[in-house]
Amino acid sequence: MATNGFKNYSIKFSWLSQTWARLKNDKMGLLGFVLVITVVLVAIFAHFLAPYDPNMINISHRLQAPSLVHLLGTDHLGRDTLSRVIVGSRIALKVAMISISLAMSGGLILGLLAGYGPAWLDRIMILIFDTVRSFPTVMFALALVTMLGPSLNTIIIVVVITSIPMYGRIVRAQTLSLKNKEFIWAERSTGAGMVRILAVHMLPNVIGPLLIIASMDVPVVVTIEAGLSFLGVGVRPPAPSWGSILNDGYAYIRNTTWIAIAGGVPLILTTVGFTFLGESLRDIFDPKLQKDI
Amino acid sequence: MVSYLIKRIGLGAVIVVIAVSMLYGMIHMVPGDPLSVMLGPRATPEMKQELNIRLGLDKPFVVQLFRYFTSAMKGDLGSDVISRRAVTTIVFEQLPYTFTLILTGIGWAVLLGVPLGCYSAINRNSVFDKIAGIFSVGTIAIPSFVVAVYSLLIFSVTLGWLPAIGAGDDGDFISQFTHILMPALAIGLGWVGYLARLVRASMLEVLGENHIRTMRAFGLSDRLVIFKYALRLAILPTIALLGVGIGFLLSASVFTEIVFARPGIGKLIFESVIQRNYPVVMGCVLITTVIFVISTTLSDILTVILDPRIRENL
Amino acid sequence: MSLDNANILEIRDLSIDYITNRGRLKALRNASLSVRKNRIVGVVGESGCGKSTLIFAIMNLLAENAEINHGTIDFEGQDLLKLSQNEMRKLRGGRISMVFQDPMTSLNPVFSVGEQMVDIQHREKLSKKEKQLRAVNMLAKVGIPDPEKRLKNFPDQFSGGMRQRISIAMALMAEPSLLIADEPTTALDATLEIQIVNRLRKLQADFKCSILFVSHHLGLIADICDDVVVMYAGEVVEEGSVRDIFHRAGHPYTQALLECDPARISEEVTELPTIPGEIPDLANLPEGCIFRNRCSQASEICEKEAPHRLEIESGHFVSCHKHNLEANND
Repeated sequence: MATNGFKNYSIKFSWLSQTWARLKNDKMGLLGFVLVITVVLVAIFAHFLAPYDPNMINISHRLQAPSLVHLLGTDHLGRDTLSRVIVGSRIALKVAMISISLAMSGGLILGLLAGYGPAWLDRIMILIFDTVRSFPTVMFALALVTMLGPSLNTIIIVVVITSIPMYGRIVRAQTLSLKNKEFIWAERSTGAGMVRILAVHMLPNVIGPLLIIASMDVPVVVTIEAGLSFLGVGVRPPAPSWGSILNDGYAYIRNTTWIAIAGGVPLILTTVGFTFLGESLRDIFDPKLQKDI
Repeated sequence: MVSYLIKRIGLGAVIVVIAVSMLYGMIHMVPGDPLSVMLGPRATPEMKQELNIRLGLDKPFVVQLFRYFTSAMKGDLGSDVISRRAVTTIVFEQLPYTFTLILTGIGWAVLLGVPLGCYSAINRNSVFDKIAGIFSVGTIAIPSFVVAVYSLLIFSVTLGWLPAIGAGDDGDFISQFTHILMPALAIGLGWVGYLARLVRASMLEVLGENHIRTMRAFGLSDRLVIFKYALRLAILPTIALLGVGIGFLLSASVFTEIVFARPGIGKLIFESVIQRNYPVVMGCVLITTVIFVISTTLSDILTVILDPRIRENL
Repeated sequence: MSLDNANILEIRDLSIDYITNRGRLKALRNASLSVRKNRIVGVVGESGCGKSTLIFAIMNLLAENAEINHGTIDFEGQDLLKLSQNEMRKLRGGRISMVFQDPMTSLNPVFSVGEQMVDIQHREKLSKKEKQLRAVNMLAKVGIPDPEKRLKNFPDQFSGGMRQRISIAMALMAEPSLLIADEPTTALDATLEIQIVNRLRKLQADFKCSILFVSHHLGLIADICDDVVVMYAGEVVEEGSVRDIFHRAGHPYTQALLECDPARISEEVTELPTIPGEIPDLANLPEGCIFRNRCSQASEICEKEAPHRLEIESGHFVSCHKHNLEANND
């Protein structure tokens, strides 16, 4: 058993270094990787990096242009824009992590059931997936905000509900293609139960594509959160979501352009970074894997 | 062919039914009494009473749903809690503005994205292709409201070239044109990239197929081979995509209309959320969902009609 | 070397490599063959022998990673390898045309057969109706029933055999001097094969063109061809008339091929004969004769030196040391 573990470890290690080598060659993927790492590190160390308290109001210093004291200037309440932007990264990534994990888990379970279970269940699942996909996301989000009130949780619920079909379909597709492979038949002939087959065989094969799709999903989720916050129905103020900052920037656009730039640029860098990285990973692992719309 | 049409339209109808049921069901699953959820805090007791009678909220869920459907199909989606006007009327008043915006956005995304994809495929791995690739993937990622705010910043605030607010004066084409340029850019930019990449991939695949080699073997000019024989095949997946695109653009229109203060469904639903004018919110969601289903159904059907391989073998 | 005027096509010392990530594949080495006017020349050999590379080189339809090392392809007095893309395009579908192997994928599925047949007449200064008429006539000649109505049909609405007839019709419509047929019947079943090949032979007589007929089916070659070229692993090993090859095969590979042809086996056997061994790796070629590791008649010199092309009787060429030795012994 110990030697098995060691073998698996060394196989994984060479796989990892191979992937890294291929990633390094792809300029876009490398750029994406750098951007992603930067954003993640900023989010993790946000409270160390931020020079000021992002919520500290100081009306006498409002709407200042960038200076040595405030590198990105101040907003309409005198708060330091740079600090708000830095802390805003936490909100973006937190929402992304939580909702994607939940959606992925949900999609995994439903997809496995749909793929491996009886045909009628499959058909119903597909129908439900398709139906949820036909809600225009923002409209649906606004409806939910109407019913549940604006909050971080509402955003997460919106994202989870609208993302599950995407993950579910990928998992279902993989499950269906694996279902008829010979080694599954072999397992079934030895009397293995559905749970064992799902856990031991389906799961490892499904995780790979799932993770790639998840990484391409991050920019979508970040966009939804930022968008709703931009509209004022996302995270509650004074939380410094990039979307809220952009909204402030929009409101005061004739006074200063810096707030708008501060809100939008990190968003762009994050979404572009994750997208480049995700595309690159997809090309490396499975060029035929199409992102499900 | 006819049976396919019936099946596909039937599927669309089923999805609409399930979607509406889900919406209605969510109203009931959410904390608070359904009447408040549906009508919002501005509702008067008379309005609540009227809704109660109309939907029969003491009756079983299925009956309520049925009544909701029958009202909806008659065109009655309730009334605006503020102005008491019919929701249906309000929504359909705003629809044309949003449609104009969406069609313009898709229009220029197609006009720019398809040739971009074609030339990238033809000149594979060239400098043009690489730059186009970065541009495409990049623009897919950038959120539409960021594009909206930044184009406002650049073209309106800084350069003063384009007007910032509104849809322009009725009847004045130039005015409406200048007013729609930036919003269409905001809405369409992401799709330029999407279409470019799709067309590129599709073209590359088609160009490698045997029948293209046959046409080259008969000395047909590159122009004819690529833009007639290859493109016709390569464009088919794009049509299916456009149906889904309408759904995305409906979402993006919310931001764009608000940023540029244009009239339309997006602005309507947003204002209604703020005003707690819940029947209008629900009405908007319902109608836009139906539009989305219709557009995907149409694009699927169109794909089948345009592709003889599928059409003849149905 | 003077140009023989009776030759439509003369390929001399053509060598082509493919650049792959496995290395440089020497797919064609010093290949030479000639096609005379109004003759049907068969090219026979196993998969991977280079016949596809050879014929695609004629039309300049090679893959992007192909590199032409040296050689000439003389067609009606021009060296095709020296032509620009534009000049080559003028010949394609005009003086030289081609019928491809897989009828199921060689026609564009979203355009009608009629439209494609009109488009390939792009050189002719005729009206669209006249072009359609020509197309209808051609379809009739290849045996498509009700051709006028079927012009509007799409390729999917025809069977494989019919699609191949359409391809032949298309290729002959321009009245080429040279028709290249790349295994035109391989994808069809045996009865269809015979029908199509017979029709092709008749059409060749009517249209008076030369045909370069590629196949791995010996019986077909014997049936339809006037001359034969035998290829092995990227080289032309033997060239001659049908009688020369089938009755007086000079190369051990040709002889082995003939022995292994099931149609020629007269006694009952429990096992069909095959040629032992495998085709050499084109990226790592051995020294000496390319066939030696599978040759039952190999000798010492075969391992050291590659054999030269020898004319063992008029018009019959073989590349084998056996004949050198015999010549020396005389």
